[in-house]
Amino acid sequence: MPDLLAARSLFGVSLAFHIVFAAVGVAMPLFMVLAEGRALRTGSEAYRELARRWAKGTAILFAVGAVSGTVISFELGLLWPRFMEFAGPIIGMPFSLEGFAFFAEAIFLGIYLYGWGRVSPRLHLAAGWVVAVSGAASAFFVTLANAWMNVPAGFRLDAAGAAQDVRPFVAMFPPGWWQQVLHVLLSCYVATAFAVAAIHAWYLLRDRDADFHRAALRIVMGVGAVAALLQPLSGDLSARKVAETQPKKLAAMEAQFRTERGAPLKIGGLPDMEARETRFALEIPNGLSLLAFHDPDAEVKGLEAFPREDWPNATLTHLAFQAMVGLGSLLALAALAWAYVRARRREPGRRLLWALVALGPAGFLALEAGWLVTEWGRQPFAIQGVMRVADAVTPVKNLTAPFVAFGVLYLFLAFMVVVLLRRQIAHGPHDHPAPKPMSGPEVSP
Amino acid sequence: MTPEVLLGGVMLAALVLYALLGGADYGGGIWDLLASGPRRRAQRTLIEHAIGPVWEANHVWLILVVVLLFTGFPAAFASISTALFLPLTLLLIGIVLRGAAFTFRTYDHPDDEVQERWGLAFSISSVVTPVILGVVLGAVASGRAGPGAIQRADSLAWLSPFTVAVGLFAAALFAFLAACYLAVEAEGDLRRDFRLRAIGAGVAVFACALAVLVLSRAEAPAVFAGLTRRGFTIPLHLATAVAAVTAFVALVLDQVRLARAAAAAQVALIVLGWGASQYPYVVAPELTLQAAAAPRATLVPVLWALGAGAVLLFPALYLLFRVFKGERPFAVVDREERRER
Repeated sequence: MPDLLAARSLFGVSLAFHIVFAAVGVAMPLFMVLAEGRALRTGSEAYRELARRWAKGTAILFAVGAVSGTVISFELGLLWPRFMEFAGPIIGMPFSLEGFAFFAEAIFLGIYLYGWGRVSPRLHLAAGWVVAVSGAASAFFVTLANAWMNVPAGFRLDAAGAAQDVRPFVAMFPPGWWQQVLHVLLSCYVATAFAVAAIHAWYLLRDRDADFHRAALRIVMGVGAVAALLQPLSGDLSARKVAETQPKKLAAMEAQFRTERGAPLKIGGLPDMEARETRFALEIPNGLSLLAFHDPDAEVKGLEAFPREDWPNATLTHLAFQAMVGLGSLLALAALAWAYVRARRREPGRRLLWALVALGPAGFLALEAGWLVTEWGRQPFAIQGVMRVADAVTPVKNLTAPFVAFGVLYLFLAFMVVVLLRRQIAHGPHDHPAPKPMSGPEVSP
Repeated sequence: MTPEVLLGGVMLAALVLYALLGGADYGGGIWDLLASGPRRRAQRTLIEHAIGPVWEANHVWLILVVVLLFTGFPAAFASISTALFLPLTLLLIGIVLRGAAFTFRTYDHPDDEVQERWGLAFSISSVVTPVILGVVLGAVASGRAGPGAIQRADSLAWLSPFTVAVGLFAAALFAFLAACYLAVEAEGDLRRDFRLRAIGAGVAVFACALAVLVLSRAEAPAVFAGLTRRGFTIPLHLATAVAAVTAFVALVLDQVRLARAAAAAQVALIVLGWGASQYPYVVAPELTLQAAAAPRATLVPVLWALGAGAVLLFPALYLLFRVFKGERPFAVVDREERRER
């Protein structure tokens, strides 16, 4: 494997793995404290048990997220030392602030997980809220760094290609920052909510501990349905900003090769980079111009407006984009169905429960696909228009070996996490496992 | 004081805290591996209880150091990451295995066999990871991570008697710290177990320190000069010696809180001494703080952000230790405690 490809693959695997745990770290604490808050208000045992059960899942997922996040922070330098040498001083600010958010998450998650019965119920709940808020803050700061790679700002290039006049706070909020941050945050809640909902829907279908699982569904879908319905709107805001600030990425996403007025929206289809056309797509006349600029006759730049060597891989970017939009639409539909049922104060029927089970992985697949869109769509640049990935990579050779090593390690961890979550969450509240000889965090002395 | 020196100082302070807190968590893992005698299971349970609530927070100090390094001294970050690619990759694998195995052990099947397996993965990675961390720091101090070393990127230049000695030194220090901390949290015979372990580890620390000093003369002359001939040398050695002797005497006399404070002071002084002897280099002997520093426009806001963050961070950390390490989490004097549980 060529070293550049190995470096990209290793970083890609590391991020694709970490992003799942990071998203869970944003959303799961919110579900946890919503359940605990309701337990405190109503004295309901089901909600209390729910908070405890979710806390155990969060503990496992957060630990894997913490260590896989450490891997990323080192790999920034191990794989992309030239990128970091250039970008570190410019985007170090959001990373530094993220460090403090991560501190808050780790400290208060420790208090939350090990503090049942040891701190007052109010402090316990407050600790949970701090975890939920600082988890969202972490995602906020990290996304800012990615937004800067998409639309670099806050510095000037001198003749030698070095950054001058660095303004960290301008770099921290580049054009499009809030659209991207909003989209990412919502995706964390949607993905986690639907994944958790699928588990509880599955047990509800088998009619085990109906009250317990219904309570769980109400909480996660309460958050998840709202987020899934907001996500298409946020996607529209994002896409319009991308059209304005990253026209090349938009062209790749939409498989638009020619620059034209009244561009059609292509649904599906397979872009052919050689022939510069997209086959098998369902075309909606003027659709793209309308969506990207809210004007049916607006001019949309095609890839041909850019030098060939600067093109991203339109095939991959378009397919990932279609996957994200398709999955997101299905999730929004399921959210609508859920809202309809709940508005009529009914419990979800079997068909809706089966739909939730089937959509379990959809949120995370959409999240991964969306991340691939923004990364593949920026190629061949690491920093749009400023630094190519090929110029950012380390001179170290034989990167295939660490790629394989981390690939195997992460596969093993993923497998173990699934096994452990099954053990911890997937049994009903009434069939407790045997107590551990080495007492876990919940056993207060 | 220039902003880059100030930021360098903050990073050194963060490293001291990482050694005192995160280091002790590795030390706990080392004692998990070495658990023995009739109270073997009790030792492991105590270690698990001591580490569980705090290790993730303690681990963030390392992340903070990395982030500050690439923000404040990007040239040093690029150079270290390139020259030390292999040991840093091994370090990461160690960090992942340690954290994952510890958590998996807590939540996996209560079966003894399963617990043993995760326990072994946890404790072995707890031994190996600090050794690699020490090797990395030793390589940075002895001129093996400078831009000049980049040509030999995937070689084994980072491996030498000196760097290995620093690695063993780090592991010994962490084990020493952990034993002193655990002695405070234990009672009765269990406390005696960890007092004896602390004394044993203290001897190992002394031996490793001697080896590092001797080997540094040939391999890391700047460090050797810092350890023997600079203005701060004598007071530093004296203070470290006082802390070490205090820790020993307190361990023998069963004054465990005093021993813990003295051990922490000793480790802090050692890390500070290493930092001072390396000054003004981030990566000896090529990159000074000044040469590797980011522009002032970056450094000053980051320092302000650190100040603001610290105001939130330290009360939160105090709360964490107050909840899990007793009413007087950092007290030096032993006295009959009102049991709050």
